[in-house]
Amino acid sequence: MMDNLVKDGSLRQVALRAGLYAVLIIFALYYLMPLFVMIVTSLKSLDDIRTGSLIGLPRELVFDAWGKAWSGACTGVKCEGLQPYFWNSVLIAVPAVMISTVLGAMNGYVISQWRFKGSDFIFALLLFGCFIPFQVILLPMAIVLGKMKIAGSIGGLIFVHVVYGLGFTTLFFRNYYITIPVELVKAAKVDGAGFFRIFWSIFMPLSAPIVVVTVIWQFTQIWNDFLFGVSFSQAGTQPITVALNNIVNSTTGVKEYNVDMAAAIIAALPTLFVYVVAGKYFIRGLTAGSVKG
Amino acid sequence: MEWLQKHMPKMVLAPSFMAILLFVYGFIAWTAYISFTRSRLLPKYEIEGIIQYERLAQSPRWDVAMTNLAIFGILFIVISMVLGLLLAILLDQKIRTEGALRTIYLYPMALSFIVTGTAWKWILNPGLGIELVIQGMGWESFEFNWLTDPNMAIYTVVIAGVWQASGFVMALFLAGLRSVDQEIIRAAMVEGVSTPRIYRSIIIPSMAPIFMSAFIVLSHLAIKSFDLVIALTGGGPGYATDLPATYMYTMAFSRGDLGQAASSATVMMMVVMAIIVPYLYSELRSRHDG
Repeated sequence: MMDNLVKDGSLRQVALRAGLYAVLIIFALYYLMPLFVMIVTSLKSLDDIRTGSLIGLPRELVFDAWGKAWSGACTGVKCEGLQPYFWNSVLIAVPAVMISTVLGAMNGYVISQWRFKGSDFIFALLLFGCFIPFQVILLPMAIVLGKMKIAGSIGGLIFVHVVYGLGFTTLFFRNYYITIPVELVKAAKVDGAGFFRIFWSIFMPLSAPIVVVTVIWQFTQIWNDFLFGVSFSQAGTQPITVALNNIVNSTTGVKEYNVDMAAAIIAALPTLFVYVVAGKYFIRGLTAGSVKG
Repeated sequence: MEWLQKHMPKMVLAPSFMAILLFVYGFIAWTAYISFTRSRLLPKYEIEGIIQYERLAQSPRWDVAMTNLAIFGILFIVISMVLGLLLAILLDQKIRTEGALRTIYLYPMALSFIVTGTAWKWILNPGLGIELVIQGMGWESFEFNWLTDPNMAIYTVVIAGVWQASGFVMALFLAGLRSVDQEIIRAAMVEGVSTPRIYRSIIIPSMAPIFMSAFIVLSHLAIKSFDLVIALTGGGPGYATDLPATYMYTMAFSRGDLGQAASSATVMMMVVMAIIVPYLYSELRSRHDG
């Protein structure tokens, strides 16, 4: 079945290759099917949905569902579509990604290049923090956000995402900077350069790839977050994932599957876009986030 | 100035250290503490022993949640691993369109579980979804109502979960396959060893660390699973698809039962620790030795 190593053009080989491609294409169709269903459903009229088939093409293209998902669908009482929540997610994700990336870079720089007694221990503490199930911090965080007077606010959500993103951003930068020889820092110190000077003129210029990986990882995590969003937001500050879930589960009126699907695609577009234009870095982040060390 | 230079690294690390100490470890301690109290709507601080854990043990709903975690966890991890390994091996055969196929297999990982849940909820919709498609193909009596069947609904979560995560496992395994020493493989080929055998006896055994990583990531995803259930079944029908994560959320935010929320979260934490601690320990150790 898997003879990449034997190079002979016999009929059996050709048949095997054909079978191999067939299997790979069937799997490709399996992964693409839900996306296809979402797109065609979002372009159908409700009548078409009720009388047609799940995987059938629309009888005529109708774009109404998209407009409604963006600016008219109901999330509970309000009917203003996903639009305000889309911008909420942007307002949460952009500062949270920037802050956690900068902090991760500084932490990783210290832990890999300016080690002191206990720095490895702090790294272990940070690393373990990546793995906790967030349910275990949900209750005290709700209380503390209340005490800090940022409960239910965008600022509160930014704060939460920064704190619980630190483990991964630090890990990414630490694993990247550790490959840079310490002699470089030593030589720079002899020349009189200080902590920030060395970071700025030696490490920063080398950091572009890992910054991209970290930013993509953090953006995907924060944009797709639901647990923090649903626990720590209130009407008006909800991120897009929470709004999408509310639209889909809204019980008022007729069930509009086409609007649900258009809304789901809108919620998915930013991360899909990032994946399509920077897939290489996305995968690197995924594997770096899972294969530690 | 001299002093400042000397202590700069510590000062830079200090805020993150404090944050982690308080917001991770302090919070875990707080939750564990509350799990030994009779807290209801508001936290109480008198220790009352293991009453919350007894309540968990007696709760049929928690029982369903833990059983579901076992069913979902095992199926999700095993199927994703098998599918991921299979796809990785198939893609490793000098496939001309490998890049495009890889992109297609992996894109679900870029989506939110809420999006995935919404899509599959529609696909599995009894009446209008896949059921109707199969009926339309001529199998008139075909029925597929897992989404509304309390005994089968948890398997719909498996279906959607595997769809989302298996491509990612494929990417991990593919990277692993590529990192195996090519010299050994070439030597085995010269010896006339068959390709399936090369995979079975040389390549796959040398990928043990990758299997470990994949297992860790998948089990972690399984235990944390919350969004997917909320979007796909809402925990229903009834509470048939409750997982520990949704149980905890319901107790914390709809029932106002902090004691139950804290104890269920603590159990989740223990399950994660049982998996992660040995792994992290061996990882950090091997790094010191190496």
